[in-house]
Amino acid sequence: MPAASGVMTQVSWPELAEIVGKEHLRAATAADAIDGVEVQMVAEPGTAEDLARALRWAHAAGLKVSPRGGGTKLGWGNPPAACHLVLSTARLNRVLEHAWADMTVIVEAGCRVADLQKTLAEHGQQLALDPLWPERATIGGILSTNDSGTLRARYGSLRDLIIGTTVALPDGALAKSGGKVVKNVAGYDLAKLFTGALGTLGVMVQAIFRLHPLPRESRGLSFSGTPESLNQLLLAIQASKLTFTGLQLRAAQGSAHLDVRFDGTAAGIQAQVKQIQQIAGLLAASDAPANAWTSHQAIWDGASPALMTKFSVLPAQFAAVCALVERVAGAQSLAWKVVAQGVGAGYARLEGNEPGLRTALLTLRDELVKMGGTLVALACPVAIKRGFDVWGPPSDAQPLMVRVKQRFDPDGTLNPGRFVGGI
Amino acid sequence: MEARILNEFRAIVGASGLITEPEQLSTYECDGLTMFRVLPLAVLLPTSTAQVQAIVRVCHREKIPFVARGSGTGLSGGALPVAKGIVISLTRMDRILEVDLPNQRVVVEPGVINLNVTARVAPDGYFYAPDPSSQVVCSIGGNVAENSGGAHCLKYGFTTTHVLGMEVVLSDGSLVHLGGRTVDRPGYDLPGVFVGSEGTLGIATKVILRIVKKPEVIQVLLAAFNSTNEAGAAVSGIIAAGMLPAAIEMMDNLAIQAAEAAVQANYPNCGGLLLVELDGPAPEVETLMEEVADVCTKCGAWEIHVAQSDAERARVWTGRKAAFAAVGRLAPAYIVQDGVIPRTALPHVMSEIVRLSSEVGLRVANVFHAGDGNLHPLVLYDSGVPGQDKLAETLANDILRLCIKAGGSITGEHGVGEEKKMFMAEMYAEPDLETMQLVRCAFDPENLSNPDKVFPRPRLCGEKPGVYEPHPLEVAGVAQRF
Ligand SMILES: Cc1cc2nc3c(=O)[nH]c(=O)nc-3n(C[C@H](O)[C@H](O)[C@H](O)COP(=O)(O)OP(=O)(O)OC[C@H]3O[C@@H](n4cnc5c(N)ncnc54)[C@H](O)[C@@H]3O)c2cc1C
Repeated sequence: MPAASGVMTQVSWPELAEIVGKEHLRAATAADAIDGVEVQMVAEPGTAEDLARALRWAHAAGLKVSPRGGGTKLGWGNPPAACHLVLSTARLNRVLEHAWADMTVIVEAGCRVADLQKTLAEHGQQLALDPLWPERATIGGILSTNDSGTLRARYGSLRDLIIGTTVALPDGALAKSGGKVVKNVAGYDLAKLFTGALGTLGVMVQAIFRLHPLPRESRGLSFSGTPESLNQLLLAIQASKLTFTGLQLRAAQGSAHLDVRFDGTAAGIQAQVKQIQQIAGLLAASDAPANAWTSHQAIWDGASPALMTKFSVLPAQFAAVCALVERVAGAQSLAWKVVAQGVGAGYARLEGNEPGLRTALLTLRDELVKMGGTLVALACPVAIKRGFDVWGPPSDAQPLMVRVKQRFDPDGTLNPGRFVGGI
Repeated sequence: MEARILNEFRAIVGASGLITEPEQLSTYECDGLTMFRVLPLAVLLPTSTAQVQAIVRVCHREKIPFVARGSGTGLSGGALPVAKGIVISLTRMDRILEVDLPNQRVVVEPGVINLNVTARVAPDGYFYAPDPSSQVVCSIGGNVAENSGGAHCLKYGFTTTHVLGMEVVLSDGSLVHLGGRTVDRPGYDLPGVFVGSEGTLGIATKVILRIVKKPEVIQVLLAAFNSTNEAGAAVSGIIAAGMLPAAIEMMDNLAIQAAEAAVQANYPNCGGLLLVELDGPAPEVETLMEEVADVCTKCGAWEIHVAQSDAERARVWTGRKAAFAAVGRLAPAYIVQDGVIPRTALPHVMSEIVRLSSEVGLRVANVFHAGDGNLHPLVLYDSGVPGQDKLAETLANDILRLCIKAGGSITGEHGVGEEKKMFMAEMYAEPDLETMQLVRCAFDPENLSNPDKVFPRPRLCGEKPGVYEPHPLEVAGVAQRF
């Protein structure tokens, strides 16, 4: 048995089977491994209480635990130091309460995003977020990875949509914060703390969101040009009185596009389309291609080995990022692609050979940090991840983050090593 | 306070930055909630981050609790001093440090007045969206600490949506940067936790704000109904039609009378008044305004008026924003509450408030952020009448309990502070509060930064929480942990 699982000899798995039910505990397979780190068992508790009990049991037994939703982004983060047990939220998949007149929803963490949206659409509403792989990704998964998409231009990211949460902590406590009203400042906003925490503080079992109406009408436009001219246009649109719900820059070797989406009434959209033409001047608009608004997802497909990064910069720096990626990729003979959202976050994909990807990653990281931005390596060959913090250099808040982690998970039970600075 | 410590403080902020005379200290003994008063040992007025750090280092070494203070307009006793502690007033740190229009960012010191941010960027067509009614006086530091809201937060979001990062002096005097100019910075969302933490996690010395472009057209509609229930039905109708107005505000008859007397806003004298503001592209606002008017008519509105000019719109809002202060004309004293309920619970909660107020014989004026269910019941009383202050307090508390029971919150924007900390235990269960305290212990293990606020009981952070052991009573099935 490998060293990391030496603890196995004293583990009494039947106790866990008792908690979650025999048929919901199984031996892990190679497919359950996280970044090459083997897992022993997979448990699928059927209730939040059972999940909390299972977590408490695992913690007391000294096991390392990785929460899992749809498993679509399990490779994000650093490889775990160890993982004995995967706690799956697959059976916590119910929409508990869609209070459509109040425009809120209470949903279990294992509910798939597309399933939630289907329920909400029955009353003409949506969770105003278009994350990656909604058919498979779960609410808990998108929350823990702070995923978002093009709607962010208008509705913000998950931190702006979540209004309450219930989490299971390693000591077995089930803790709530927030509630089902959109406005609430009673106590600390733990929902935000857990959003993007990659399951290192606790396991989200339930979330409450504020909802938005589905748009009445929608129209997308695309402009082609150089990254520089499109970046200028992007800033001009942001500085205008246009009310867009999507603003996205796409670039690859030799081509660049800017997509803009308007939602609203037919008359409102028509007026805005006219205005944007005036702003764009010589750059001519065409209707946005149908797949424009899923390009943040399409960029994940392609040849391997590949490096997928997420970068954050100021909106005025997009053209510089494109130029940087092009230069760095060119130097290593790599193919490249960028899809960026107007708020200042985007994906850059590089394809080619592993040594080239490694060199490119280091240069990109250095240069973006110099620009005041950040670069996270989301997916890449595991060998590249070794000895490299995928999250980037720690900030001066790192010691504080470590203290937060130590308070919530003093024994490092949850996803050890996967988060920023080895948290 | 020992002379040697005072000397040290004086060396940091200069003689003009240190207040120790009792009559001068009394200015700082309370915030906007004047029923709680405590005289601090000293008030310090630093002018730089380095000075704040130096002050806090002394506090840390000597175990002196400190309370940050902005403009002192808080309504929950958040800036109430602690006995044997000092107040650190940030009013002299009031510079706008940087305006970056292309990226829509503004960096400010915490003492900057909310409205001054908008004033600075308005010539370029921008505004700072969170607009508390107190925006002419309250500070950005206070807004951050309270996660303040305003009428327009229905569409634009609260302070937390518009704050990207901050520089913070922690209770040991160390300096950290949470978040930053760019979005989605790796690591825990500590800016998200700091906003709304009511001064308990440290002192913000710099704040990075996001500004928003002014909409093309803004229109506000006034609709008069016979009752708040009819007006409430209209609110639901507007939301159900898939509209997201910039603001939906409601006032009941007592609040209307008060506002009229104070600022002559030209409100119709009715049982329930609705203000609905729409903004966006002109043709869209026009279409939707007609729909809003339709919904209001169907729900019983007998007078509908759309403010035509900027001046008229400003007057409509002046009435609403003056409502709190104006209520002072109706009674010698009043208590402001800040409960939140799911919008659909409005008719029930309103009729309960009417029942409760007639039972005790006190009047309650109501001003709401109706779009997001945030109620501001104003309980009127006369402190000259023996026992009436107690009655008023009980009534105000009962109203909060109604909100909790309806699935809502005890505070939508004013914060828990000193005033509502005991209610935290009614709104949340013990494990919820314990979990929040974990955050506090990570930031401020010695409980020096605005101690004894927000939570019903202080938590000792010294012990590092270990493995959970079931209590023998739990094992025996006598008691349950949650
Ligand atoms: C007439 C009136 C109307 C109001 N209307 C609204 C409204 O519409 N919406 C709304 O949300 N509120 C409203 N308020 C409440 C109040 O104005 C807000 O809570 C405001 O944000 C407080 O700001 P301040 O600068 O006065 O803070 P203070 O009252 O001085 O302090 C408030 C809290 O912030 C902390 N604090 C202050 N500065 C810092 C800092 N730099 N770092 C860390 N902590 C700090 C203090 O310790 C305290 O806990 C109103 C108040 C009044 C009097």
